[in-house]
Amino acid sequence: MDELTRGLVQAIQLILSADPALLEIIFLSLRVTGLALLISTLVGVPAGAALGLSRLRARGLVTALLYTGMGLPPVVVGLFVYLMLSRSGPFGMLGWLFTPSAMVAAEIIISFPLVTGLTMTAVQGTDPALRVQVRSLGATRAQETWAVLSEARIGVVAAIVAAFGSIISEVGAVMLVGGNIDGKTRVLTTAIVLNTRTGDFVLAIALGIILLALAFIANAAMLRLQGQADR
Amino acid sequence: MNPSIYRIANLKKEYARRIVLDVEQLEIQGREILALVGPSGAGKSTLLRLLNFLEAPTQGNVIYQSLTMNGKIPLQIRREVTTVFQRPALLHASVRSNVAYGLDLRGARAEDRVNEMLERVGLAPLAHAPAHKLSGGEMQRVALARALVIEPQVLLLDEPTANLDPYNVGLIEEIVRQQNRERGTTIVLVTHNIFQARRLAHRVGLMLGGRLIEINDTATFFDSPSDPRTAAFVRGDMVY
Ligand SMILES: Nc1ncnc2c1ncn2[C@@H]1O[C@H](COP(=O)(O)OP(=O)(O)OP(=O)(O)O)[C@@H](O)[C@H]1O
Ligand SMILES: [Mg+2]
Repeated sequence: MDELTRGLVQAIQLILSADPALLEIIFLSLRVTGLALLISTLVGVPAGAALGLSRLRARGLVTALLYTGMGLPPVVVGLFVYLMLSRSGPFGMLGWLFTPSAMVAAEIIISFPLVTGLTMTAVQGTDPALRVQVRSLGATRAQETWAVLSEARIGVVAAIVAAFGSIISEVGAVMLVGGNIDGKTRVLTTAIVLNTRTGDFVLAIALGIILLALAFIANAAMLRLQGQADR
Repeated sequence: MNPSIYRIANLKKEYARRIVLDVEQLEIQGREILALVGPSGAGKSTLLRLLNFLEAPTQGNVIYQSLTMNGKIPLQIRREVTTVFQRPALLHASVRSNVAYGLDLRGARAEDRVNEMLERVGLAPLAHAPAHKLSGGEMQRVALARALVIEPQVLLLDEPTANLDPYNVGLIEEIVRQQNRERGTTIVLVTHNIFQARRLAHRVGLMLGGRLIEINDTATFFDSPSDPRTAAFVRGDMVY
């Protein structure tokens, strides 16, 4: 108990002192997660909207694939990306293995189905009568899609936040493809694993606090947006 | 007589191989209020969807302003016609944003027009309220204001006052009448309330089983209809 308290106090001191090694890890985590999330959002939100609005027969199959994708074990994604990027793999020539690019790739594969699938569900949950009404008021196809997305905004934001939460806290895949290299591919989660193993609990606790804070900020931001939408 | 704004000949609509609309001949005149009455399932709403170019007919074409509408309807033409549906589908936004929506779509937001419209439907005090928290009658007035603010050539009303209290019915009817009288907007009103048809319309048509049975000026339609089915419908003896 005493050790835990002491660890906590030192961890907070470490955070407050803006320790450069700590900052570097936080910065890399945010950079990798942010880039992966940005790409997943830019592609996944329109894709989810298109799927949610379409009346294609094949949508059932696509939905099944997406739901499978949402439940993919991250470590399997890591293995897959590893094999793709390893020297003998099809994308070996990129030289991405054990670089942040490989981690971004893995996180995109993990977050894309989440963003797309949850956006699709949110769009499907909007009132179909509203689409007809909006068209009747003179909306173009793009304006109609935009109207539906803004009606589904809470669900779309929730999709993005859920994806953020899952990749910022992801450890297995980034460990595999990034390699947890100090100063190069070490992120919050892999650093926690390493520091716990080596008994450096102060750093591990500090990193854990930051990870929790990030998740908290994301969810608080989402709740705030929901509150605004409810006005 | 005004030139016709819609001309329809041999227009058919099928759903799942079932013909639900089969109109041999219909001309809608510019600046008129035409009421369509008829029992449930007669195809009234289906006809309105075709008039609003929301769906394509299975056979035949709608001729609008002397132009045959088929394939992709030009946006400017689509934007001359709008519908207020029985159940107002409002955006999750303020009353004001809802009313301004059609103008926003056209990139023509004009605050003074929005304000004037809010006044006209008696919703100025509620301008900033969330639209989905209004009463049924208020919501329908928002829907009407949203349709009128874009100054459509044609306003299609699909049972706009069903389930509303007399106060809101009276208010909406007066706005519709005024819109027609002062702006010359052509109005096609589908209603289950034959008294409303009688109060508002210049002409009334009876639809039955997808067909237009009779269309006549209001007095003739009610007082000396030419079809026995119209006579029965007007008397309140349901016809199927
Ligand atoms: N999208 C659709 N798919 C299949 N059938 C449809 C569709 N829309 C309408 N129908 C059918 O077409 C027929 C005419 O429907 P419509 O809604 O035009 O009738 P209506 O005269 O407006 O009736 P009501 O007074 O009850 O509103 C009905 O039998 C209805 O079931
Ligand atoms: Mg109907």
